[in-house]
Amino acid sequence: MNKPLSDKSWQYRQLNSVTPGLDALSDALIELVAAGEPIVAGTADLQYSNGLSKFHQLHPNRFVQFGISEQNMVSAAAGMAAVGMKPYIATFASFLALLCCEQIRMDVAYSKLPVRLIGHHAGISLGFYGTSHHATEDLAIMRSIANLTVIAPADANQLMDVIKAANDYPHPIYIRIQRGRDPEVYAERRPFKIGKAITHCAGTDLTIIATGSTVHPALEASRALQSAGASVGFIDMATVKPIDRDAILEAAAQSRKILTVEEHNVLGGLGGAVAEVLTSEGLPVKLTRHGIYDEYSLIAPPTHLYAHYELDTKGVEARATRILEGRA
Amino acid sequence: MTQPGKIETTGGRNSLRPSDDEISFLKDRAKFCRLETIRLIEIAKVGHYTSVFSAAELFSALYYDAMALRRGEPKWEDRDRFMMGKGHAAVGLFPILADLDFIDRDLLDGYTRLGSPLGDHPDMTKVPGIDFSSGSIGHALSAGCGMALAARILGKDFFTFVMIGDGELQEGQVWEAALFGAHNQLGRLIGIIDRNGYQLDGSVDDIIGVEPIVEKWQAFGWATHVVDGHDVAAITTLLRSLKADRERKRPAMIIAQTIKGKGVSYMETEPGWHLGYLDPSDAARAVAEIEAMEN
Repeated sequence: MNKPLSDKSWQYRQLNSVTPGLDALSDALIELVAAGEPIVAGTADLQYSNGLSKFHQLHPNRFVQFGISEQNMVSAAAGMAAVGMKPYIATFASFLALLCCEQIRMDVAYSKLPVRLIGHHAGISLGFYGTSHHATEDLAIMRSIANLTVIAPADANQLMDVIKAANDYPHPIYIRIQRGRDPEVYAERRPFKIGKAITHCAGTDLTIIATGSTVHPALEASRALQSAGASVGFIDMATVKPIDRDAILEAAAQSRKILTVEEHNVLGGLGGAVAEVLTSEGLPVKLTRHGIYDEYSLIAPPTHLYAHYELDTKGVEARATRILEGRA
Repeated sequence: MTQPGKIETTGGRNSLRPSDDEISFLKDRAKFCRLETIRLIEIAKVGHYTSVFSAAELFSALYYDAMALRRGEPKWEDRDRFMMGKGHAAVGLFPILADLDFIDRDLLDGYTRLGSPLGDHPDMTKVPGIDFSSGSIGHALSAGCGMALAARILGKDFFTFVMIGDGELQEGQVWEAALFGAHNQLGRLIGIIDRNGYQLDGSVDDIIGVEPIVEKWQAFGWATHVVDGHDVAAITTLLRSLKADRERKRPAMIIAQTIKGKGVSYMETEPGWHLGYLDPSDAARAVAEIEAMEN
């Protein structure tokens, strides 16, 4: 049975410094409970990593601790949804997407059950934990599952907006988030429309399209390039599926050069999705997909990894500069 | 063919022991399930006869007695839920769903034809009365755990029944669910293992043995009950007693000792019938043997 967390557990959480970004997950769910929604939150032994301990503390009867049994968690969440609940379940993106692919496909997505799958610590954000904990395939896997919507919020505020928008959404959703330390992109909460890109600015030389954790560095890079005189557009493609075709086609018409940036294998993720749109229209656009180039990522602190893979501001700026100068 | 059932609602019997008339009726419905299975597989030209035949009395006892259901109301919110990990036995469920007016009887005749909602595995998105889709082995007990837990959170009174195959016990996820169900004291969750001893490639004991089943479930914290899976009186008495104890904390696991292919002599002695097709003369023999089963 789920018991309220002891004071000691609460201290443990404090000591382990769950960051404000991940508290957003609990905060959003707490809002839904307050609104009378039949939600339940669950995790697989990671409540201190994803911040659901805060939700657990306030609503012990709406929290389910599954222990280290991710597949059981996904199927059980589907069972809960089948009898009228709205489960939000969270664990490391690598385990959720890869270990539970079949449970997600058959038990959740096929039957369009309102389960919200939250894959956190996505991409290479777990750094030195190593390859087992890096999720650079999850977008490709989730994107290929029919009925499943895929969203990667850029920061804590957008995560809360996404969860609010998700509540009444008729399809199951995979929500890809980081480790709660993302720099702020959006200073305020604002209505999030699933499937609608957020176009920050248009450009005639190049359009950068990013998603999730790469929105902040890529946006910063676009601003630096603009300051240097280039006309660079920027799109936050928070919803990777269904992707906003109109936004992509508009960008293609404006700039004829597109750079996608993602903390994911360049195969099958955001870049793949954008490529699918462009090729289906037969547009003469130069597309560069930037991310992890079909390899297993190295072990290192995350900041070192972002620099190594040119996924920080400086790296994205360098990559974009090469495109603008016709060198890539 | 035997006639459709006469019941209007099921569940909530006063006596634990079924009457002779009730036993006779439940046997008749198991017979109906087997005969319809032969008829439907004739349409598909291949199917899982023996997986249905081992479970026919269990289906009958559940759908015509133990489960709280309302004829013609497959979406009744407070109904008891049932799902099958061994989804390939769905062909035996569909006639029962039609018998309870959950689906149109005409649908049965189109079994597996292009566009039919009725296929080899149960599909909740297409078939009223199917509470959860299955096909990929090993998920159902987890889903049942979720339903039983959600019922408690939502303040619902229904029971959740999950049938799994004995070969299915080889799937690791089953044991994740076993831990979860016991830890969360899901007393309204009742599992049934159709212990017919065979899986696709042969004997369960030869492939990856799962014994001792009873001790395993006891060790995982479940109340265990061994029953002859073809004795409708024993099954019904057990299910009624489990439902009567509404305060039980431990989930229950029924180990139903069954015979793969029960009712058709040459299937009972030849396990290779897991997936097969009867030519007309064999089908006629099978029908004759099933019709000769005691009521």
